[in-house]
Amino acid sequence: MRKLFVLCTAGVVFIPSMLGAETAPQDVVFTEHGAVEESLTGVPGDPENGLKIATTKKKGNCMACHTAKGWEHMPLHGNIGPNLSDVANRHDEAELRGIVVNAKHTFHDTVMPSFYNVDNLIRPGDGFTGKPAKEIKPLLSAQEVEDVVALLKTFKESGSE
Amino acid sequence: MNFRARTAAGLAVAALLAIAGAARAESNVDPNPGVELVINGDTPITVRAKAPDYLEGHLDNIYSGWLYRIESTRAMEADDFENPAITFVEEGIDAWNTVEGTEGKSCASCHGDISEGMKGVRARMPAVNENGELWSLEDYINNCRVNRMGAEPYKWDKGPMKNMTAAISMQSRGMPMNVAVDGPAAPFWERGRDMYYTRYGLLQLSCASCHEKNNNNYIRGDHLSQGQIVGFPTYRLKKGGLVSIHNRLKGCIRDTRAETFPIGSQELRELELYVASRGNGLSVEGVAVRP
Repeated sequence: MRKLFVLCTAGVVFIPSMLGAETAPQDVVFTEHGAVEESLTGVPGDPENGLKIATTKKKGNCMACHTAKGWEHMPLHGNIGPNLSDVANRHDEAELRGIVVNAKHTFHDTVMPSFYNVDNLIRPGDGFTGKPAKEIKPLLSAQEVEDVVALLKTFKESGSE
Repeated sequence: MNFRARTAAGLAVAALLAIAGAARAESNVDPNPGVELVINGDTPITVRAKAPDYLEGHLDNIYSGWLYRIESTRAMEADDFENPAITFVEEGIDAWNTVEGTEGKSCASCHGDISEGMKGVRARMPAVNENGELWSLEDYINNCRVNRMGAEPYKWDKGPMKNMTAAISMQSRGMPMNVAVDGPAAPFWERGRDMYYTRYGLLQLSCASCHEKNNNNYIRGDHLSQGQIVGFPTYRLKKGGLVSIHNRLKGCIRDTRAETFPIGSQELRELELYVASRGNGLSVEGVAVRP
């Protein structure tokens, strides 16, 4: 809330987020280095739900490629992407949001999927059916992105900041 | 492997990852140095080789998927008494010698014994036919069935066809994969290469995203290989049966949450050619065993 107030006074807040509406994937604004400063929903993320999303195959499935202390108790996490245990030491909230929304703005060659994006897709499918998509929806909803960002913000290790 | 054994294997992998701290592994290095495959104690299989020249800048060396598998799976492939695919090979050989269709012929009527007639064929597949079309082994089999035997074509991804491709692959076991990439094959090969590097689906992943840039790493519990197809058709423990090349290619594209290409489509033939060419120099494995 304090952040919202600060942003309001700075005069850069999006009207839709003030009204509780979501920023559509096409309207997300990235900084030069790929960060997304504005919350997609204006509603604070729920880190507990973020953990569910991160570890569920049909949702974020972050665990498929990343290890993190937050889900070390669960079996079968991958190691394609970096270990996220201290990711909040390395990236602030806006950078984390930018990476979850569309990491290709931050890391140009990354294989990481863009979780809140509907552009530049080649043969998008309908889930895992192999059939064409009936409608193009981002992999995660705006609030699910915020929930994952809220989770990632808790991934801090003391002493390494 | 039953479910319990698989779960145990999965947990073992998880334990290994926990020990290793799951740090990113280096890609395109030998995943299992010093380990060699000799089938039945008498047929050496080339499971690592220098990459073909056209992969310069992409891969230095090529490795069979066998090297990425756990010891019990590797052992199954090394002994035909343990390899569950051999039953299907035998069924394919029976079909080879069985007269079918209006012309009163079997495969053997024209090609002779399968061990002579089909030696080396799998190593050259897919290949451009006399009409300039790119054909997979399945196309050549059905051409014979329909036009020479007067028999019904096999369905591409059903048992009888997979048994036959398995039986034919067995006759090239240990021979180096050697598909043609130039001459009339060149335009097909180039389109297959473009597909290999295209990032399909909602996940925007190409074949290369996993099998070139990230082989030797883990995606969940799966140890990513280079995606070589020299062992196909392959026996998959997870499916309890043979899996065709196109079924596997389609499955990977589906998993990027993409609209796939049909099995037997021109696109998958071209992708098959390109992927096969990335294995030129490795041995055809006969019929591999994979998780």
